[in-house]
Amino acid sequence: MSAFRALIARDVRLATRVGGGALTGTLFFLAVIVTIPFGVGPDLNLLSRIGPAIMWIGALLATLIGLERLFQSDKDDGALDLLRLTDSPVSSFVIAKVIAHWLGSSLPLVLVTPLLSLLLALEPRAILALTATLAVGTPALSFLGAVGAALAVTLRRGALLMAVIILPFSIPVLIFGVAATRAAIVEPDPFWPPFALLTATSLIYAVIGTLGAAATLKIGDG
Amino acid sequence: MWAEARLKMDGLALSRGERALVAELSIELVGGDAVALVGTNGSGKTSLLRVLAGLAEPTAGDLIMSVQGADADLPRNALVHLGGHQDGLKGALTVRQNLEFWIAYFGGSGLSIAEALDQLGVGHVVDLPAAILSQGQKRRVALARLLVAPRPVWLLDEPTAALDVASTARFLALVEAHRQAGGIVIAATHTSLDLSNLKTLDLGDYPAHGQDGEHTVKDAESYWLESEPV
Amino acid sequence: MGILDYANPTRVMRFSRAVKPWFLGLGLITLAVGLYGAFVTAPADYQQGETIRIMYLHVPMAWLAMMAYSMMALSAIGTLGFKHPMADVSAKALAPIGATFTAICLITGSLWGKPMWNTWWVWDARLTSVLILFLVYLGIIALWQAIEEPIKAGKVTAIITLVGAINLPIIKFSVDWWYTLHQPASVFRVDGPTIYPAMLYPLLICAAGFTLVFFYLHFAAMENELKRRRIRAMQMRAARRVAPEQPTLPQGSTA
Repeated sequence: MSAFRALIARDVRLATRVGGGALTGTLFFLAVIVTIPFGVGPDLNLLSRIGPAIMWIGALLATLIGLERLFQSDKDDGALDLLRLTDSPVSSFVIAKVIAHWLGSSLPLVLVTPLLSLLLALEPRAILALTATLAVGTPALSFLGAVGAALAVTLRRGALLMAVIILPFSIPVLIFGVAATRAAIVEPDPFWPPFALLTATSLIYAVIGTLGAAATLKIGDG
Repeated sequence: MWAEARLKMDGLALSRGERALVAELSIELVGGDAVALVGTNGSGKTSLLRVLAGLAEPTAGDLIMSVQGADADLPRNALVHLGGHQDGLKGALTVRQNLEFWIAYFGGSGLSIAEALDQLGVGHVVDLPAAILSQGQKRRVALARLLVAPRPVWLLDEPTAALDVASTARFLALVEAHRQAGGIVIAATHTSLDLSNLKTLDLGDYPAHGQDGEHTVKDAESYWLESEPV
Repeated sequence: MGILDYANPTRVMRFSRAVKPWFLGLGLITLAVGLYGAFVTAPADYQQGETIRIMYLHVPMAWLAMMAYSMMALSAIGTLGFKHPMADVSAKALAPIGATFTAICLITGSLWGKPMWNTWWVWDARLTSVLILFLVYLGIIALWQAIEEPIKAGKVTAIITLVGAINLPIIKFSVDWWYTLHQPASVFRVDGPTIYPAMLYPLLICAAGFTLVFFYLHFAAMENELKRRRIRAMQMRAARRVAPEQPTLPQGSTA
């Protein structure tokens, strides 16, 4: 267990220090949110209506792009092999790395969400709902992205292939996340059913993603 | 320190991708043994080390690695150290932070970080970021990992490649000390290592295709060639 | 004394240490006067009431945000054109200061707008341009941090800074065009037709005070960057230092 914690601590430290991925990922999120209004126009009513979708797509892209390097830096310097020299299964270090990545890269997105929501004229209720859905839903994206990241180091292919494979799988997360947020804005729609489904999706993807990523990493050594 | 460390390969066959590399490799090692793993490029030295480390599985044969006192079912991943040709250091962290991480991760009960670095002659870099070290210094810091978190079997891939003469001598002395403590060392190398009672394992002696042209192990390539419709 | 005399870090450090307190002292005194004018003597606006007083913070921040970028672009020319070793130190020091001033400009603008627009943000052409400037600043900071080797980082960032300097007016123009395309400018005008002298003078004094503080911060950040590079150089030297040979044979992991 201390190995698990040590790995999380190391990765969070690497992500949040100068030159780590935490700042860049958050900036990417910000850049996406700022760019979209130029496409759809500055009408605040429109923006507040599609705001949750914009934020979710931004979070999706930021998470997936950041995740490409989840295993790559450890592969590059040889640490990936060394991390497997323990009696714990590969899946345990996959979980540790995903948790660390979520803490270092997705949690900052969740934390800046209330601020960025102001740019899209979201109501306080919507901001609350959006932040909650992102907090609950981004782990699903992280675990899903871990499979893609494992593919990226195993196949030595770039982020593009990974996005092609992973994006379709992330659709349920997007659907439930945006639905729950919208329900918080539009009164008659219930908030909890989509929110519960989103939570369930996160839990299921945590299992599938961990097993998938661990299996993919092992194939790399075949 | 390591009572009855044992490493037994019985009829081991290795392949890389679709290519069969080694077949019928049988050898038994006990604590104190050191083996120089030689062979031409692509003969399977690194593949064998990875199989021994538990990072890959052999295509055939049995592999037993054990040490008395340790859990009987401890996988070989937890018994070996891999001194690869890559150092596994994070440039953004200091040398101390790097080694502290591996101690926490592997569970260390060996030398202190300062002692281990001193023995490799790099005690003065302990608080410097790993990124600014020279190649040889990085290699020595990486080898310090073997001292701070003791494990019975050392699997080394060209360990002396980046080291100068003095550092090589220091390192070989540490290898001897590890053997005296009952450890096993297997080093893939192109150069001769100045170690006592060094056994040599030439992978060229265990070809995947038999000496007399008879295929002892078929690799996927030859399989598909044979199965071509006549 | 030409600017090339200031290629020597020690001399720059000495000069910076000598002038820095003056900038801070004068800046704080000027600001005290300006803010007294802004909050006490200047009248409230007949339309906007007391919220007009945010202007005395907001407008100087907007000016300084742009000035910081201009200085960064000049430094970039110094790096690429003249290979002046202090130019990239200056540029690197400017980026976080510029970003902070831009952030304060955005936040104060948002606070100022809230009572008028009844929302924290509108995609007004002027605000939006500042927001993009903020993004550019953050991108440049991220770039500085992504490249470990200072000289290389300086060159790459200088190129991007100049690309930005050429691009920012185009962005400004396109955003204006985009905004007027969607809705005619009617929401908000800072300058208005005229500005009363009772408001103008405190504004100018505040701007002067903030500018002096800005220069103080720039000097302080340059000193920090010089120290950072000195630490790096010392670490490199420490790594190269040959460790004293040990007479005894190393012991194994049995110890």
